[in-house]
Amino acid sequence: MSFKPHIRVENLNVYYGKEQALKNITVNIPDRKITAIIGPSGCGKSTLLKSFNRLLDPVDHVRISGRVFVDQEDIYDSKVDVTRIRKKMGLLSQRPYPLPMSIYDNVAYGPRLHGIRNKKTLNEIVERNLKISSIWNEVKDRLNTPASRLSIGQQQRLCLARGLAVEPEIILGDEPTSALDPKSSQRIEQRFIELKSEYTIVLVTHILRQAKRLADYVLFMYLGELVEHGSAEEIFSNPKQEMTKEYIGGTFS
Amino acid sequence: MDLRKTEEKIFKGIMICSTCCILAILLIILITILVKGLPAMRWSMITQVPKGGFYLGREGGILNAILGSLVLAGGATLMTCMISLPIVLYLNVYVRKRTWITQITRFSLDVLWGIPSIVYGAFGFTLMLYLGLRASLLGGLIAMCFLILPIMSRAMDEVVKMMPAELLEASYALGATQFETALKVVARQALPGILTAVLIAFGRGIGDAASVIFTAGFTDHIPTSLFRPVATLPLAIFFQLGTPFPEVQERAYASALILTAIIFIVCIVSRLLTRRFTRNVIR
Repeated sequence: MSFKPHIRVENLNVYYGKEQALKNITVNIPDRKITAIIGPSGCGKSTLLKSFNRLLDPVDHVRISGRVFVDQEDIYDSKVDVTRIRKKMGLLSQRPYPLPMSIYDNVAYGPRLHGIRNKKTLNEIVERNLKISSIWNEVKDRLNTPASRLSIGQQQRLCLARGLAVEPEIILGDEPTSALDPKSSQRIEQRFIELKSEYTIVLVTHILRQAKRLADYVLFMYLGELVEHGSAEEIFSNPKQEMTKEYIGGTFS
Repeated sequence: MDLRKTEEKIFKGIMICSTCCILAILLIILITILVKGLPAMRWSMITQVPKGGFYLGREGGILNAILGSLVLAGGATLMTCMISLPIVLYLNVYVRKRTWITQITRFSLDVLWGIPSIVYGAFGFTLMLYLGLRASLLGGLIAMCFLILPIMSRAMDEVVKMMPAELLEASYALGATQFETALKVVARQALPGILTAVLIAFGRGIGDAASVIFTAGFTDHIPTSLFRPVATLPLAIFFQLGTPFPEVQERAYASALILTAIIFIVCIVSRLLTRRFTRNVIR
């Protein structure tokens, strides 16, 4: 499968203290496709995802070598402005973490940081992104109430809106549906499918069926190594590695 | 099976007893100062300065000490906030990782917490001599600051440390800097805890006698200048209890009652005020 890469990872090694969490990863993430990173717990899926927007930096005793390019720019270059890199990516974590402020302020938080002060513009941004995340109808009458009062499923969609409001190019999801009920998960998945025409989406998931439903491209990881990667079709119907076969076949998880 | 049930009962009983102890201690103290202090309570206690000297005076009130304590403890709390908040935000937002600098800072604060307040008083006094200051409001502020700084910092540190890393990540992921995250997310989320820390420090400061005895001095006048001595409630109580006259000793309990009432009011008012700001906190 040939494609235009959006994120390029070259010889990436990550150590937590003495333990090596990622072993010499080299892979390209396709532009405007859904890429799923699958593998058993503790295989380094989340670490790889977090390396894309430098969220590993604040972790205890972490050491990173190798390079990650986003839009041809080495994001681990010492001259790079980290906030600008992170602005390019929206992040959805396992559990939604709304910021301690109102629903409106949650979405307006990013745009405000990046200098948008105009009330009308902000209103538009908030409304548009809440609509894209399909939560607008549920919250339009209570935009000034605390975000913490929403249900978990609503909070996750709010977090999606909040991420989209800074106009990223990439959406990173770290098992974004794992804390949600099936209905809420389905809504989030539906959003991803709609959004992939405009965004590069990278999902970490331990739910194989979810990867099958959503992914165009799949990375299979095991114990910090990238075992196999390729189009979803290839990986799911005709994996080359024995280990991938076993994982997908459900022999181990 | 029965044994386990008895065990359960015994331990539950012990826990309830311990909890009751706390309530009983507070209740007994309150009853003591109420019974002994109320007869001496007069309107003039809180509206006038002492007549005939604070040590022997049976007339007038302790307005000098009330105002002095409020200015001193309030000022010291404010000054300490300005030092504590940056420490705590630095340790928990900027450094965050467990490094030698965070470990040493926390250890130092723990040690400082344990130093008796009279030592801070003596240290403050030495410092004042060096700076050429006399017993004054400024001297008292500095000494009290030393005293409550470790208390406030460590109490704040414990709450801010509990902040989930994901909340910070959420803010960073939107392109926020550490400063923006500290100010807009961390400070907001931790506000109830920060307030508790401030209150604990204020309570400790306003109730302390030893740190101010050399540094702030005592006076019959209400505080007007940073460079003049200032009276404080704990010292007023101390002096009044030390007199040979039962009437003046009774006034000591009234003073204690006033001091307790002040702490009580400050706690309630600040709790009510922050309730308005904490409705957004994520639980």
